[in-house]
Amino acid sequence: MDTFVLLTVTGLALGAMYFLIASGLSLIYGLMGVLNFAHGAFITVGTYATWWSESKLDAIGSDPLRFVVAAGFGLLCGAVLGALVEVVLIRPLYQRHIEQALVTVGLSLALIALVQGIWGPTERIYPTPKWMYETTSILGAQIPNDRFVEIAAAVVTLGALTAFLRYTRYGLIIRAGVENRAMVTALGIDVKKAFTLVFAIGGVAAALAGVLAGVYFGSVDPNQGTSLLIFAFIVTVIGGLGSIPGSAVAAVAVGLIQQYANYYASSGTGDLAVVLLLALTLLVKPGGLAPKVAH
Amino acid sequence: MTEPAAPLLSVRDLHAYLGPSHVLQGISFDVPRGGVTALLGRNGVGKTTTIRSLMGLVRPRGSVVLDGAELSRLPTHKIVGRGVGYVPEDRDVFAGLTVRENLELAERNGSARYDLVYELFPELDERAEQKAGTLSGGQQQMVAIGRALLNENRILLVDEPTKGLAPLLVTEVARVLERVSETETMLLVEQNLGVVQRIARDAIVLDAGRVTYAGSTEALLSDPDRVRSLLGVAGGAH
Repeated sequence: MDTFVLLTVTGLALGAMYFLIASGLSLIYGLMGVLNFAHGAFITVGTYATWWSESKLDAIGSDPLRFVVAAGFGLLCGAVLGALVEVVLIRPLYQRHIEQALVTVGLSLALIALVQGIWGPTERIYPTPKWMYETTSILGAQIPNDRFVEIAAAVVTLGALTAFLRYTRYGLIIRAGVENRAMVTALGIDVKKAFTLVFAIGGVAAALAGVLAGVYFGSVDPNQGTSLLIFAFIVTVIGGLGSIPGSAVAAVAVGLIQQYANYYASSGTGDLAVVLLLALTLLVKPGGLAPKVAH
Repeated sequence: MTEPAAPLLSVRDLHAYLGPSHVLQGISFDVPRGGVTALLGRNGVGKTTTIRSLMGLVRPRGSVVLDGAELSRLPTHKIVGRGVGYVPEDRDVFAGLTVRENLELAERNGSARYDLVYELFPELDERAEQKAGTLSGGQQQMVAIGRALLNENRILLVDEPTKGLAPLLVTEVARVLERVSETETMLLVEQNLGVVQRIARDAIVLDAGRVTYAGSTEALLSDPDRVRSLLGVAGGAH
């Protein structure tokens, strides 16, 4: 029982990180039709910006506070990078989807190379407050506290995104734009501002996933974002492009299946199980669990 | 002797392409201030492409002047901002949004005319919280027209508003458009010649991407031979 609980909570934590990445991917594709392969770069920037700034914040004596401030800087970097990518790289290639995909792949490769050039290709120890390494006992299972932080971050993000989409003017524009972007502009709305905002939101969420991935794995390396991105893409497709709730459900399913398969079948079968889940979903519901994209 | 009033909308040598197809081949026409001008023609002659070009949804070559201001190089949202309202073919309501949200999305400048919209379509008020995708075709058309009427427009571009509607709803939509035309200039694409005859003072006929008639609706529809040759239907309105 304790093993099952540990696997479940760990699977949910992993799913939480997938959701944070997939939510931005899904919104960006849903609204703009852009497959953003540079999303992994947003994760990497969030992780490294937090890791780097934490080491420069000696003036802050408290470890948790220093980590929170550093993480805030990481999220800010993610938002700025997201907005810059949209304005500088994506916007000039408006409606040229192949070129957009190519430029985001290029950016992703270039940014990983840049990080490797500055800080080297090897893993670095991630600065994590001591409390996160400690465990809490649930039904006999000793659960590392960081798992709860990761799950809580995803739940808060899901709630915030849902509220933003449901109750704000920009949320309304984004929901409508996911359905029919051209008609939104035909109502007199400059949808490009929404594009930039969605990229910035995606950047923040991915950077948050990066911060939490550093804590989860205990280390940071330049390729961490890319490996997480692959599963986030799968989550996005299973959940249905453009659907935040769909991404949430799919992320939980992928995280749990990965954990259970790795333990109860054999180590390494988790990835295979996820690919099978993707294939099954596409066979039964080709548009994913809750497709939103109509244009 | 007084000079004729300047047209509200003046289109000159407008070309538009859909992929490799040269759909509009240099059309020119004027829309006078006030009333309804009908844009007519057989299927596939470029009526919807004309409307979409005026809206900037298809990027045209040529000149589109509204009240002295050139529109053809503006992005769509700025064209709308100049006072161009749009009711698209096939309605294009946002199916996942409620009726209220569909209308809210169209709000501009904080002077939304909900009173007018709900007076014309009381059903929209009653169904405000219903998802637009669950409405009937006629109700969706009310949303599409209501969205365009929420703001004051210099000109309203309406693309086949009665397409696919039951006869009773066609009459209802025609009544609303007639009422709207008392205060707003309208360029109307419409296949139903009965509706055209009822509400349109002027008519423009397109054929193969060119203007083949521009003049009074009455003169056009009262000549069965002309109707048959230009529109490909039996003469006279029905």
